[in-house]
Amino acid sequence: MSTQSYRLRVNGADHEVAEGWIGESLLDVLRDRLGLPGAKNACEEGECGSCSVLVDGVLSCACLVLAAAAIGTEITTVEGLGAEGALTDVQQAFIDAGAVQCGFCTPGLIVAIHDLLDQDASPERLVVEEALSGNLCRCTGYGRILEAVDLVAARRSAS
Amino acid sequence: MSNVVVPTTLDEALALLAADPQLSPLAGGTDFMVEVNHGARRPVRVLALRAVAELRGWRRDGDVLVIGAGCTYVSMADPAFAVAAPALAQAARTIGSPQIRNVGTIGGNLATASPAGDTLPVLMALGARVEVASTEGTRTLAVDELITGVKRTVLHPAELITSVRIPVARGPQEFCKIGTRNAMVISAAGIAVVLDREAHTVGCGLGSVTAAPVRATDAETFAAEAIDWSTLRAGAGTTERFGTLAADAATPIDDHRSTAAYRRHAIGVMARRALERCLS
Repeated sequence: MSTQSYRLRVNGADHEVAEGWIGESLLDVLRDRLGLPGAKNACEEGECGSCSVLVDGVLSCACLVLAAAAIGTEITTVEGLGAEGALTDVQQAFIDAGAVQCGFCTPGLIVAIHDLLDQDASPERLVVEEALSGNLCRCTGYGRILEAVDLVAARRSAS
Repeated sequence: MSNVVVPTTLDEALALLAADPQLSPLAGGTDFMVEVNHGARRPVRVLALRAVAELRGWRRDGDVLVIGAGCTYVSMADPAFAVAAPALAQAARTIGSPQIRNVGTIGGNLATASPAGDTLPVLMALGARVEVASTEGTRTLAVDELITGVKRTVLHPAELITSVRIPVARGPQEFCKIGTRNAMVISAAGIAVVLDREAHTVGCGLGSVTAAPVRATDAETFAAEAIDWSTLRAGAGTTERFGTLAADAATPIDDHRSTAAYRRHAIGVMARRALERCLS
């Protein structure tokens, strides 16, 4: 089995990955080696978005990133979005809008919504729907998730 | 030597590839990693192309658009790109999800050579030229010379796709595809129609309905003769006939995504609509 040792920079800190199988996805490394289970593992083919992370600020499915090839990048997971122990405004809006049911898709959606609102502070509904089209939720029907996005946009513009 | 290498120049990438037949090129990973995750691919050593500067982005060179093999779908959906290559921008916009479009590349779409690759019908309709390089030199291929069957190409192990050249649009273009939802869908059928108002030609490429990329040449010839190029209008029945001829060029199969009969029907409908939009 082909292995490699390398270092990844995740949420502002360097992490050593010793003798990792080179085919390991970033998702597996985050969850199983680095103790960061926020990104969820469902489809392993980029269809569900539950493993969404930022790689050099680019919204990506961690399951489609070869971890050993992500050396030299800045990786941000849902755990690294807010200050230690504090909720981000998107996370708070999910609570306020009741956008969480089973919760499995939630971390990926939180990352995707931060990415969206960082690029477009007050997106129209169609823009939001397209931006979140790669994040599947099987519980909510998306209504309250979309409400949460609007809530964050309104709160940010008011503050 | 490292088992995963991340070169920053094309020369370095080609030298590494020439020296190691077990080195697998990796672009955006949206196909490669699906195979790895599902146990269908066990890479021995990997050449990650993400940092190779020469492969990135796109540029306009006179009447030609030069698209780096590492150009992502999101870059091709850019408004400035869409002015020069409307149908390719449309196709790029429909691929996967934001997460996929952020990392997936045109070079990867070509090298994967899936019949459902959404850029392929557009590149066929445009008569795109694909530049391929190795330490031995470069060669230029048409898309249907590069791709010979389902996930089969004529690429040698030491070769990389470096860029794709297409003519800057000289008339209306349309891309259509159909699947089970708008986003995150692999096409059941797709089509690109490209009109060249200066050369008075029509290009029509089909997607997901043939093993290797094809143009619907009978439909192209018919439409080129039927269109009044000074007004961009055509007589009654032209678009219907174009749809029929395009559907005749399809050789689809039944699979888990659709049926041959539905795919052929869909090509006929989409070809008609695409030409109607080009002529309206």
